[in-house]
Amino acid sequence: MNFQLTKEQEFVRKMVREFAVNEVEPLAADIDKEHRFPKETVEKMAKYGLMGVPFPAEVGGSGGDHISYAITVEELSRVCASTGVICSAHTSLCCWPIFNYGTEEQKKKYLPDLLSGKKLGAFGLTEPNAGTDAAGQQTTAKDMGDHYLLNGAKVFITNGGYADVFVVMAMTDKSKGTRGISSFILEKGDEGFSIGKTEDKMGICASSTTELIFQNVKVPKDRLLGNVGEGFKVAMSTLDGGRIGIASQALGIAQGAFDVTVDYMKARKQFGKKLSQMQALQFEMANMKTQIEAARLLIYRAADSKDKHLPYGPQAAMAKLFAAETAMYVTTKAVQLHGGYGYTKDYPVERMMRDAKITEIYEGTSEVQKLVISADIFK
Amino acid sequence: MAFKIIVCAKQVPDTNVIKINPKTGTLIRDGVPSILNHDDANALEEALKIKDQYPDTHITVVTMGPPQAKDLLLECLAMGADEGVLVSDRAVGGSDTWATSNTLEAAIRKIGEYDLVFAGRQAIDGDTAQVGPQIAEKLHLPQVTYVEKFSIDKNLKDITVQRQLEDGYETIKLKTPCMLTAIKELNTPRYMTISGIFTAQKKPIHVWNAKDIGVDLTTVGLEASPTNVFRSFTPAPKGKGIVLEGDTEAEVSKKLLVNLKAKHVI
Repeated sequence: MNFQLTKEQEFVRKMVREFAVNEVEPLAADIDKEHRFPKETVEKMAKYGLMGVPFPAEVGGSGGDHISYAITVEELSRVCASTGVICSAHTSLCCWPIFNYGTEEQKKKYLPDLLSGKKLGAFGLTEPNAGTDAAGQQTTAKDMGDHYLLNGAKVFITNGGYADVFVVMAMTDKSKGTRGISSFILEKGDEGFSIGKTEDKMGICASSTTELIFQNVKVPKDRLLGNVGEGFKVAMSTLDGGRIGIASQALGIAQGAFDVTVDYMKARKQFGKKLSQMQALQFEMANMKTQIEAARLLIYRAADSKDKHLPYGPQAAMAKLFAAETAMYVTTKAVQLHGGYGYTKDYPVERMMRDAKITEIYEGTSEVQKLVISADIFK
Repeated sequence: MAFKIIVCAKQVPDTNVIKINPKTGTLIRDGVPSILNHDDANALEEALKIKDQYPDTHITVVTMGPPQAKDLLLECLAMGADEGVLVSDRAVGGSDTWATSNTLEAAIRKIGEYDLVFAGRQAIDGDTAQVGPQIAEKLHLPQVTYVEKFSIDKNLKDITVQRQLEDGYETIKLKTPCMLTAIKELNTPRYMTISGIFTAQKKPIHVWNAKDIGVDLTTVGLEASPTNVFRSFTPAPKGKGIVLEGDTEAEVSKKLLVNLKAKHVI
């Protein structure tokens, strides 16, 4: 057992911290207010290898590991949760399933551009009537001999409006339930494939969340990802990894709110004393820090298991459940410790509290995480 | 033939977080993170820009310091440098600028061939700006300090630099081999890249002691240093500044002018 980061992982934190503070933080409040996708930041992230962290150099990745990837999303989210989820959805939900389930041709075709950040990825599973009940897919893919014909719609798709490559689930055989789902690679510009409504959200306002609409989209056979009927497995294993990303986002949000609160408490005086000198408030901070550290350990352990090709699904679910609850707890307390100022947009904790909430919902709600964890207990 | 650049870099305490012991006037280094000296990062960045344009370019970063200064070399390699040299030996500890430049001169001579030696103007922990120029003198190289703009001809021999002065600048042409010292206006240093971080440990890092570089031991270290810091202190605060207030910018500007004239500043 070793709780020390490697030299490389330490450097990743140092590098992404510097990048985030210089390039991401200055935009965070504005892009949140304007609901603007930070295209320019994504280009910079691409240049420094942040869009392909946990993939080997041979397929065009940055050659890092999943702990480094978790640190990357954490450090980006520490200053801007929207930027963090752009990286997380792209890496975990689009690049990873292609890397893991793709044919050699698919990997050669898609990974170099995705991992270098020239192209952006997204993932389409959720439908209006298939959220937590992911098996209730209504999007269909009909085998037409030389191609599949896709019809249906997806909702709440992160990166939707800006992605070039999409991993999409559709029913190829309704009679088989979850074993009738298959996954496909779609490309922006495929005939009949369009982007629908952009959601107006409570938080992570600078990330793009859209509908995907498929109207008689002809998908060539070589864009089937994995085997026919394997889509549910592709989706569930992808989400296992995605949870490490979102848990890291939640951790980053919590750490960010904590850090600005420490600074605030050292400066703010009431009753002739700094807030940082008041024991009741110090104890609040001690609780917050303890939860943050516990979340971090859960996440890094899940990421380490993934790197070592050990089972990590329940670990990732526990990490995501706990980190998301920590993000909500810490940001809510951070606003409280800022008093009235914390409720205004002049201080970042207001945005952080709004951003934190989504981490309890997407990539599986907290309730879904409990399903995954309890299924493992009583298997 | 590949263009060869040597970048001199120093690992320094992060002055943003450092505290000074008010009694002794010395830096409290405990728990203070070490960073790549800012001006040295500018020197490395300019070298990397040459390499971006001419990928054959070979960049060696040389530093002197304790064993943990290897981290600084790894950082430079992760940014894109090709090779690192750490001169680490108790015998060179406590060196002043003269003794330090003796050590670095010997290390650079051991590295051998080079077309350009690039250093930062000065280190944020000592602020002397002496080591770069001393190295140039000892290596008998033409030198330009305070470089704020740099360009190199396609022949990789003719260099044009702009040298910052207090009240203007000089444009100077010189030929390689030569030595330059960089200031922050020269460029914005790049970050490490993720792939750079994961390949840095595969690049060569040489750790040399005083014997390896063949430096005369009577010219290095604390004993051999002709200068000594006999006292350092924090200057007394100058007192509160004056805040000028007014309803319009014009009004405030006027007050400022009156104040400056009264003090014979203008």
